[in-house]
Amino acid sequence: MSANLSAIFYLVSGVLFILALRGLSSPETSRRGNFFGILGMTIAITVTFLSIGNFSSGFIYVLIFLLIGGSIGAFVAFKIPMTAMPELVAGFHSLVGLAAVFVAISAFLNPEVFNLGTVGNIKLASLIEMSIGAAIGAITFSGSIIAFLKLRGIMSGSPITFKGQHYINLLLGLSIIVLIFYLCKTQSDSIFWGIIAISFLLGLLLIIPIGGADMPVVISMLNSYSGWAAAGIGFTLENTALIITGALVGSSGAILSYIMCKGMNRSFFNVILGGFGITEQSSSNKGKEQKPVKSGNAEDAAFLMNSASSVIIVPGYGMAVAQAQHALREMVDKLKKNDVRVSYAIHPVAGRMPGHMNVLLAEANVPYDEVFELEEINNDFSNADVAFVIGANDVTNPVAKTDPESPIYGMPVLDVEKCKSVLFVKRSLSPGYAGIDNDLFYRENTLMLFADAKKMTEDITKNL
Amino acid sequence: MEIDPFIFRLSIFILSIFIGYYVVWSVTPSLHTPLMSVTNAISSVIIVGAIIAGLSGSLENVFDIPNIFGFFAIFLAAINIFGGFLVTQRMLQMYKKKKKDK
Repeated sequence: MSANLSAIFYLVSGVLFILALRGLSSPETSRRGNFFGILGMTIAITVTFLSIGNFSSGFIYVLIFLLIGGSIGAFVAFKIPMTAMPELVAGFHSLVGLAAVFVAISAFLNPEVFNLGTVGNIKLASLIEMSIGAAIGAITFSGSIIAFLKLRGIMSGSPITFKGQHYINLLLGLSIIVLIFYLCKTQSDSIFWGIIAISFLLGLLLIIPIGGADMPVVISMLNSYSGWAAAGIGFTLENTALIITGALVGSSGAILSYIMCKGMNRSFFNVILGGFGITEQSSSNKGKEQKPVKSGNAEDAAFLMNSASSVIIVPGYGMAVAQAQHALREMVDKLKKNDVRVSYAIHPVAGRMPGHMNVLLAEANVPYDEVFELEEINNDFSNADVAFVIGANDVTNPVAKTDPESPIYGMPVLDVEKCKSVLFVKRSLSPGYAGIDNDLFYRENTLMLFADAKKMTEDITKNL
Repeated sequence: MEIDPFIFRLSIFILSIFIGYYVVWSVTPSLHTPLMSVTNAISSVIIVGAIIAGLSGSLENVFDIPNIFGFFAIFLAAINIFGGFLVTQRMLQMYKKKKKDK
């Protein structure tokens, strides 16, 4: 296959990838979009085989590795529970990053195959492109591993900070740039390995100070990085499909990070520098006095909701932890039978990744047209009878609107307190991730339901 | 003077960033998780480079060091391609509209 013809096919697969993302603008078109994505990938892989045309030596091994990897991927995709999506996506990011590093190493060791020159005499531009691709890939890999461990609970979700952390990261970042410069001058192997090693280290150090609830930003950011790494390799290989895809994924991740930061009213740098939730904790403990709290049981909750005409459900990360989404849907089904209008309100940063709650509700067969975003539903709270908060905390805290001293001041919150009554399912009165007390617990119209989210929901269903 | 082909690739890159920007803003927030998993899958088109690297060996020695890195990269990217597209498909199947009869 001629180089021009294969370049055109790569362009076609790039366009199909754009259509794949475009399809996600609505659930109806999304499945067709995914099909376009698969088609684009098939074209890209087939064209690559045809353009090499050398089926003799390694071909069988290429197929073997492709099939082993593919079956592992397929197996994981079918087995993974929906609550584990954040870990899965973090894990996938790490694989893209590592693959980018491996391709860059291979290109560095064997540049003739990629038309980049000869060993020790690689074209300057290619050398820069491949080392940038390798560095970003390595950062993506080790950063995603940390994110994965934190989300999986293997590593504590609390931020790990130490003195001079940011200076070390800055130093490492600068040294990567300096080493790339020297690599261009000397073409030395050891400098190339050094760049990769430092990038691995930097990836680790960048993510450890970031706490569990900031993971939506981290995952989106790593998504973006994996895209830039792919684009860097795309420039090295002079491959249009890879360049287009890298740019798409890079900007997609960047936009998601931006949306998540806005959902918390924090700047990107504030999140990335990490350590949120440590300093504030001490100050909140000081002002802690015993305030009266009204608590109730499943029967009270069932009575309140049954006599309501409209209920808004506010799910959060706690619902995912307790795997309460199915129990919740059963409760809602029963409420609907009793002629109660039910809708769901989703805060942009609810859960551990963008859209986390939506997927869980979709899994529990909640129709997506009953699920609303913050801006769509926030005015409805004042007309609703009951707000049912399950597993959410900071995103409902009215302090964000009233107290300029609070660390979450200015963060967009759901106006839950405007409902006639609020049912708050929580295991204890402990503060949420931001380390601050939720004012909502002590309001007149709040009834606390102290229990595991799943168990409480099931009990309420029995009493309806 | 002839324009370096690099400039053309850079143009494609920059324009694609803009396309990505507008396309991703039009993605509905409820589909942000599938968006992440599908971008994951498509960024694994890096397998193209891995295949070239994997097939670069000579007839006598299929397992040269650069090839081995290529094989590993194929393996990793393949996990991502199959895993990413299939898990996206699985998620998208779950997004259903309210049934009219209920």
